[in-house]
Amino acid sequence: MNQVIYSLRQLIKEYTGRRVLEIPQLDIRRGEAFALVGPSGAGKSTLLRLLNFLETPSSGSITFEDIEFHPDIEVPLEVRRRVTTVFQRPVLLDLTVWENVTYGLHLRGLKDSADSTRAVLEQVGLIHLARQHARTLSGGEAQRVALARAMVLQPDVLLLDEPTANLDPYNVGLIEDIVRELNKERGTTLVLVTHNVFQARRLASQVALLLEGKLVEVAGVEAFFQSPKDPRTAAFMRGEMVY
Amino acid sequence: MLNDLGEIILLSLEVSGIALLLSALVGLPIGISMGLGHFTGRRLVTALLYTGMGFPPVVIGLFVYLLLSRNGILGQINSPLIPSLFTPGAMILAQTIIAFPLVAGFTMAAVMGVDPQLRLQVLSLGATKNQAAMAILREARVGVVAAIVAGFGSIISEVGAVMLVGGNIEGRTRVMTTAIVLETRKGNFDLALSLGIVLLTITFFTNLALLRLQGRTAGK
Repeated sequence: MNQVIYSLRQLIKEYTGRRVLEIPQLDIRRGEAFALVGPSGAGKSTLLRLLNFLETPSSGSITFEDIEFHPDIEVPLEVRRRVTTVFQRPVLLDLTVWENVTYGLHLRGLKDSADSTRAVLEQVGLIHLARQHARTLSGGEAQRVALARAMVLQPDVLLLDEPTANLDPYNVGLIEDIVRELNKERGTTLVLVTHNVFQARRLASQVALLLEGKLVEVAGVEAFFQSPKDPRTAAFMRGEMVY
Repeated sequence: MLNDLGEIILLSLEVSGIALLLSALVGLPIGISMGLGHFTGRRLVTALLYTGMGFPPVVIGLFVYLLLSRNGILGQINSPLIPSLFTPGAMILAQTIIAFPLVAGFTMAAVMGVDPQLRLQVLSLGATKNQAAMAILREARVGVVAAIVAGFGSIISEVGAVMLVGGNIEGRTRVMTTAIVLETRKGNFDLALSLGIVLLTITFFTNLALLRLQGRTAGK
């Protein structure tokens, strides 16, 4: 539980000379449910893409378990495959629900395991739609398929980028229950990006506030919400503009 | 007569089939790379490609004619890879150049039409770069097949370039379109019309076969 899975040091990300992220130090522990909160444009999604090794930092390092990655080091595929992201807007393939869920297994050259696929589809409440074309689903159903296709891979780390934005309360509750169970039962490390401080409070064990690409405060969920050290954290939670 | 007709049909299919294959082999990877990539000069290359899509085939025929003629840049090189004028090889070269911008341009447009988030999401699921490109190509398959259909349509019905570089030589370079022109000039309208119907039928069934490649999308 206390083993550090991600260790970020002097991490900087720039796009065409514009600095969007600057994190001197951040540790995320294995099995932790880590929430990143902050306003739009704070760099939360950029950080998730870096944690999923989908982008390379401009400078600094990301240590995943004991392997340190610098911008000039290519992250091996087997490392990248231990992490997956559920994005805010799921883009499903032009396939059936079942085929979408098993897609990541096929990418790994693994046989479609009917039992595990059925199990995750049952978990997200979509087994009855397994043969339906994924592009005919509602937004909430599509997001649950995206979650199922991530879950079937049994990743060490599940990154969630505003996974319940624009969803109805039923789907929000369902998705929150599933990811909570993944974290508690399977020990999957969660990194959740959300605007919603209430969701962060419900799901996370550790919370960080990111403003204009910089970490303002990182604390345990109780300390973060009950006694924030930085006045900007308190202001953000009150819903005040803190840009 | 029937033997001659069969020969003409077979040569038409052979020339256009090989030209389509070559233009697809070159055009698909280029179209995919251009659809996915952001590089300096991309706008210029796109403009050139789009210009190529509207290039008159007869001008391409003239260009290939000049290249392959005895004093042309390629005509001076003695290589089995370079076809001679008035051979099916020269016709294949001309038709490949005609079809290539259509295949590459429409493929590029189809790839650009795929949700840009898809690549990121597929990579996040553990895809390699090649697997991600294949996923995008699969999503863009309706447009990609349309690109191949457009390429095929542009060459199977083309007459100016094959006439110029092939010479419409009986038993050697006569294809359906050039035969139609010849028979019309000779006043053999029945034969010209019959060839026209055969050409349309072949085009229809070839397109039907190509459309099967698109498969079903979103239950449609």
